[in-house]
Order: sequence, then structure tokens, then C-alpha cells
Amino acid sequence: MLDPKIPEGPLNEKWSLHKSRIRLINPANKRGLKVLVIGSGLSGGAAAASLAEAGYQVECFCFQDSPRRAHSIAAQGGINAAKNYQNDGDNIQRLFMDTLRGGDFRSREANVYRLAELSTNVIDQAVAQGVPFAREYGGLLANRSFGGVQVQRTFYARGQTGQQLLLGCYGSLSRQIQAGKVRMHTRTEMLDVVVADGRACGVITRDLVTGEIQRHNAHAVVLATGGYGKIYYLSTLAMGCNASAVWRAHKRGAYFANPSFGQIHPTCIPVMDEHQGKLTLMSESLRNDGRIWVPIGAGDKRPAADIPEAERDYYLERKYPAYGNLTPRDIASRAAKEVCDEGRGVGPTGRAVNLDFRDAIERLGRPTIEERYGNLFQMYETITGLNPYVQPMLIYPASHFSMGGLWVDYNLMTTVKGLFALGECNFADHGANRLGANSLLQACVDGYFIAPYTVTDYLAEYVKAEPIPVEHPAFERAESSVREAITDLMSRRGTRTVDEFHKELGTTLWDSCGITRSAKGLGEGIERIRELRERFRVDLQLTGSADRMNPELEKAGRVADYLELGELMCRDALRREESCGAHFRSEFQRDGEALRNDEAFMHVSAWEHGGAGQLPTHHEESLTFESVEPGVRNYR
Amino acid sequence: MKITLKIWRQEHRGERGEMVEYVLDDVSEAMSFLDMLDMLNRDLIRRGERVVAFDHDCREGICGQCSLHINGRAHGPRALTTACQLHMREFQDGDTVFIEPWRARAFPVLSDLVVDRSALDRIVEAGGFVSINAGTAPEANAIPIGKAAASHAFDAATCIGCGACVAACQNGSAMLFTAAKVSHLSMLPQGRVEAPERAARMVAQMDAEGFGSCSNIGACEAVCPKGISTQHIGRLNWEHLRGDLAGGA
Repeated sequence: MLDPKIPEGPLNEKWSLHKSRIRLINPANKRGLKVLVIGSGLSGGAAAASLAEAGYQVECFCFQDSPRRAHSIAAQGGINAAKNYQNDGDNIQRLFMDTLRGGDFRSREANVYRLAELSTNVIDQAVAQGVPFAREYGGLLANRSFGGVQVQRTFYARGQTGQQLLLGCYGSLSRQIQAGKVRMHTRTEMLDVVVADGRACGVITRDLVTGEIQRHNAHAVVLATGGYGKIYYLSTLAMGCNASAVWRAHKRGAYFANPSFGQIHPTCIPVMDEHQGKLTLMSESLRNDGRIWVPIGAGDKRPAADIPEAERDYYLERKYPAYGNLTPRDIASRAAKEVCDEGRGVGPTGRAVNLDFRDAIERLGRPTIEERYGNLFQMYETITGLNPYVQPMLIYPASHFSMGGLWVDYNLMTTVKGLFALGECNFADHGANRLGANSLLQACVDGYFIAPYTVTDYLAEYVKAEPIPVEHPAFERAESSVREAITDLMSRRGTRTVDEFHKELGTTLWDSCGITRSAKGLGEGIERIRELRERFRVDLQLTGSADRMNPELEKAGRVADYLELGELMCRDALRREESCGAHFRSEFQRDGEALRNDEAFMHVSAWEHGGAGQLPTHHEESLTFESVEPGVRNYR
Repeated sequence: MKITLKIWRQEHRGERGEMVEYVLDDVSEAMSFLDMLDMLNRDLIRRGERVVAFDHDCREGICGQCSLHINGRAHGPRALTTACQLHMREFQDGDTVFIEPWRARAFPVLSDLVVDRSALDRIVEAGGFVSINAGTAPEANAIPIGKAAASHAFDAATCIGCGACVAACQNGSAMLFTAAKVSHLSMLPQGRVEAPERAARMVAQMDAEGFGSCSNIGACEAVCPKGISTQHIGRLNWEHLRGDLAGGA
């Protein structure tokens, strides 16, 4: 049984009590301690800046050409905080409960409470950085509501909240770079974690311009490398998003928690062309004013405007009258799949549903809708060539967010001592389903307000200790395994491109480990992934060289990792014989709703890597809830 | 559609580049411009050739990583659109499309269509921030900010740092990029405090990086995918001058 190291005390005092017990390090000693931060998104950038402000030497790495481009930038809708500025009855307890319930009681209660508790600080921090959140005429901050909740607690900056929060964070990071306290490595990819004497002591990286392999040592390593939703090939994620850092950490001893918990976002632009490399998300905030519907009859090909009101099925409003179009993402995604499976889907492929603004435009007028969603409507029109002011948007679910990730304790430390995981790449806060506008929140909370304390507590053990030198045999071994893997990939002389393998993996996973799963489908998925991995070994074709910029080599390394992670996702989904949140097993349902099995599965599944050719070992962290009796989610 | 591509090929910084022609016979209108480049690269791999390197990531027009000069225009023919959001329905069967990297003294070519834009990061490092440490912020609603001011600040803050403004400028100036950040922060009370020093430092860094100066042509605004106005350049000049008059930095 895994020990999450949850501090003693009442739920609402745990974090403050814990902070007061955390060891401190004096400024002179901090200067001698070095931390590597992998990733420069909201959690990584915030951690790098905050740790540097605290006085540590920090080195930060990103694969993009600038830290400002990390994928946090693409988050559209907003960030939750329990400020209760709207005086609508919100408070920390409610945000905590909504998050816990949204996650279907598969998250760690103490972490979720801390997330809600620290939410208010994040807004203060962002405003102080100059983040231009939306405001009311009186000059105070504005809020809107979001899926899965009944209060208005989401702060937003038009449809570009992630961009504005990340740019605020990038400013703080830039300030520390200028001060000489953060050394930034752009266009650099982490390819291995170095573990020596039982603790993380550095990383191996590849310079994506020159191909140079480098060793970096430190007293602690922080991974903030985001999610792995791109494993499905078609996803809302950036093209470069990958699981390589976490997967390689996993192979060095970090347990992987709930790998099959992935969120399929209900409102994305559907596939329009077979060559498409990615899907674009349309912010969930659109569901505030847009109404989702399909024709009542199957195979109805009439244009939306020609379908009379009586022949439209507003299926979310019908099935979930209490929440209507604002049901949580997993429910909305599954419902969309169901109506399309019934032949009632719309659009050129029949795999889409309508998101209709006709009534909202009538009620509020076009200027209001333009002000709220103008840039999203514009984006939709640019991509599809269709005008959402006059005909409903076509939307369909797409892979979006990973609730699963590296297992971490309350201090956000993985099972490898000195190796921390922040933001989307850890697993702790969202359970089996993430609530809208909670991902930016988690990234900020982890980076600005948790890691600076808990990393300090860890480093207190190593004051005055030199970091393990890069000449240590552990660095030697890690570097040679990285070099061997690259040589191996470059030597493959097959016939198929990396993307072709990735697409095939994506389709396999979407079918077997997507919106609905079954024992049979998952078993077949595992077989197909194993077979695909073997073909990838013999039939991959790469060109170019390893000591120059080579985008195909970068992709090949990432897909090699995805081919292993994909199997673990299926194994995890297969083992969890229940439905909870985004994990929906067709064998476990009641009246079409997820049927949880708290007796057998009220736990986190944490997988230990089995080594080459070996099956992974399953470990459990049991979940207990002191604040509330886990109820059945009911959005009806 | 049949599309003929003429693309700048240059494996690395030290190599001499040239335009190379490729023909694609099977381009569909619904494809994005980058999907088309992916298709070209798939063909190149099948022929055993090195792929065309180009910068891209989010493919949603927000990360600012894509940077293509298409038919002589930064980000291509469609206004207010990044290269990644450009779709092939903008082109016609039989078209020839020229694709080059950003061209500017401060943006050396790294490989093919990929340039080094780290100079833009260094301009921000010189002062494009509010000097505040995590955990020390006052209550967010303590300082009301008018809706209009917040909205103007936002307009400047939407800059995605792609560098199209530099690529379009005959002088290779980064004035619009620098001005957007100075303007965004100086319009908010939080950023007002450091405004004159910020302007002076960022402009000094811009000059040090080898960007040219502004001669008020406005090509930058015309190609900016986020429609950032040259009015912000006026505000940058004003902040800079104010700093001088006040005997500031």
C-alpha cells in the first residue's frame, strides 16, 4: 500500500499545519542548491520562477523555441477560484466538493481541498502580474459559469485565459532569467532521468538543433511536462505534446497512476479531412449559451434551419434537466457519441452534433455573443469555412486532458526520491474526470504555491551537499542508453512513417480505450498495440541524421514511448472493473449511467514498470473521504 | 488540387540555402497549410529524403511557433490568420506557392524554415514583466480597473510573439512586438509603476539584438495575425520619452 504522506489535522488546516512544519533553508545555503525544471508551461514556468525567487539555482528546459509557447497557452475558457465575488454562495468548501464530485471520488481528498484553498491566491498573483482578466463596468473582476457547477467562479480573459496566464508566468520567468537565477534551455528535450543513490540527481537531454546529448546534474528534478492526450494522434493537444519525460521517469522507478483516466472533451471541431493532424477545441464556455441538439430521427440530412423545433432533440437538456448543457465533460462526450451511434449525428461525416446559438442571439443580441465568444467564432469559421452566427457549430468529442499521470504524494514527489511532478503530468487532483477550468488552476497552484514549499523541505536534507557529479556511472549509463535508443531508431529501414504508426495507435486506442471501454475491446487493444510495436521496430522509416535538427527523430522517440504507454492504459482500464468519471466500462452501467464499485475500486491504481518484456506490477493507494460520504454523481 | 511548392532548403546554419521545387497532386481544400506540409514530408520520407523542417506546435493560432513566409507575406494571404490556421481553400488548383523562413538580421536560419527568435525572449527579459514575487500579491479586487482600460491592455497582450511583424518590416524592426508588451503593462496600474524604465530597457535590448528602427510604414500591423495596432508604437514612444524627460533609466 502506497503512503501518500497526508499530514495530520482537520482537512481545512492540513496545508497550513504542514507548511508550518516544513523545514526552512537560509538564503546563503539556498544559493548552493540546484533544481532542474522540465517544462515551461504554467506549472513548470511558475515553479522555475518561484524557486528562483526563493533563491535556488534553477535550470529550466522546454522543447519549444521559447518558454512562452508551452501548451498551457492554448487553454481557452478560464480558471476557477473560490473568491465568491458574485456573492452566489461560493466558497472553498464548494469548489472542493465540486472538484471531488466531478472527479467521481477517485481523487485524493486532501489534495483537492488544498487546490480549492489556494485558488484565491492564484487570482491575486495573476492580477498582480498584469493578467488582463475580464472586468465589470465598475472595474471589478468578472466571472462566468462553467460545466459541472452551479455558481459563477470562473475568471477569464476572453477565450484566451491560458495565454494570458502563461504570459504572466513567462514574465516572471523572464525576470528570473534576466537576474541570472534561471538558466533557460529552449529547443531541448529531456530524454532520461538520472537516478543515483536512490534519488533523482539529473537528466539527459538532446539539443534539438545540434543533436548534442548533454548531462545536467542537480539536487532535485521537477517534471512539469503536461499530458499525454496526443497519444490518440488526433487530439486537442499541440503537436509536440508528449509523454516521453514521464514515461522515461516511469521506467526509472516512478509509478504511473490511473493511466487510463483521460478526458475526452465534448466540444471540438470534428474531423474535416483525412490528412488532418489535430483537432481544435472550442471552449466549453460556449455551452453557457449554446444549446446542443441533433434531429430526433436517424439519418435526417436536412440543414439545421429546416428542422422544426418539434423534430429537434436537445438531448442534454432532456436527460439532465438540472444541469442541461452544462453537464460535466465525460457525460456530455458520452451522450454525443451515443446519439451519433444511433445514426442521428450531423455534418459531412455524421460524427458531429449541433451547438446552436440561435436562441442566445435572439435573447442577448449578436453584439453580446460577439463580445463573449467572438474570437472562438472567428476561429471556427477560419477552420471550417462555416459561419456559426447563422448555422449551428458542428462539434464532436476529442482527446483532451490526462487525469492520470505520475503518482505523487501530498508533497508532489513521485516514488523516486527527489523527483517531483507538477501540473497535468501528475495525477492527484482530478480523479476520474477533471472539472472545466480546473487545469489552469492546478498548474498555477502546483507551480506557484506548493512546489516552492515542498521542494524546499526535500532540499533541506542536502544543504551543503554537492550535487552528484555528471561523471557518476549513473549518468554514464543513462547517456549510453539514450544514445543507443537514438542509434536504434535511426537504423530502422522500413517503409512506414512515424505518423502512420501514430495514427494507427491512435485509432486502436480510440476504439478500445476511448469514450467507452469493454474487457473484450481492451484485450484486443493490447494485442494490437503489441503487434504494432513489433512492426514499429522493423518497419519504421526515418530520414535525416541524429546530429542535426530532425523533427522525424523527435517524433519517433515520442511514438516509441506512446506505444508502451498505450498498452499500460489498456491494462489499467481492463483491471478497473467499474465505471467512474471518464472511465466508462460498458459492462458496468445502470440506466446508461456509470456504475461505480466503491467496495472494490475506491483506490488509485499505481503501476510499477516491470522492465523489458515484463508485465507491470499493480500497487494501490486506498482513498478515504472524511468530509463526505461518496455519493452517486447526479446531474439530472 | 495540384500545388507546386518552392521551398527554402538549408540543412543548418552554416550551409548555403536554395529554393527547391516540389509538386503535390492530391491537395484538398479542407486541408490546413501545415497538413499539406505534413503530406509533403510523408512523400519525402518515402523517397528517402530529409524532411522540410518548419516550426509549429499548437496549430490553433495561439502558441506563435509557426513562422512561414508564404508568397512573400508573413503567415500567407489571409488577414488575421497564422500559417497554422491557413487552409488550402485559400489557394487554387495549379497554384505555385513560395515558402520561405522569416527573413531578418536578428532571426538567423537554423534549418530550412526554422529561425532563431530568441532575441524576442531577450527583449522581454529586459523588462517585459511586473516585478512581483509569487505569494506577495495583494487582494485582486483591491485595485479596480476600468473595463475599457482592461480591454485595451488585453488587445496589446494578445501578441503571440511569432515575429511576423519583424519579418514584414523593411528594417527588420521589432517595434510592434516590443510596443505591445510595453503598452499592455503600462495601461494597467500593476504595470504602470515600472513603465518608463521598462520602455527604456526593452528598446535598448531591441537595438542590441540587431533589430532595425521603425519608419512608420505599418507593414507589421498588416501582417499581425492578432491585429495588434501600431497605436501601441505611439504609446511605446511616449513611455520612452517620458522616461527621458523624467531623467529616468
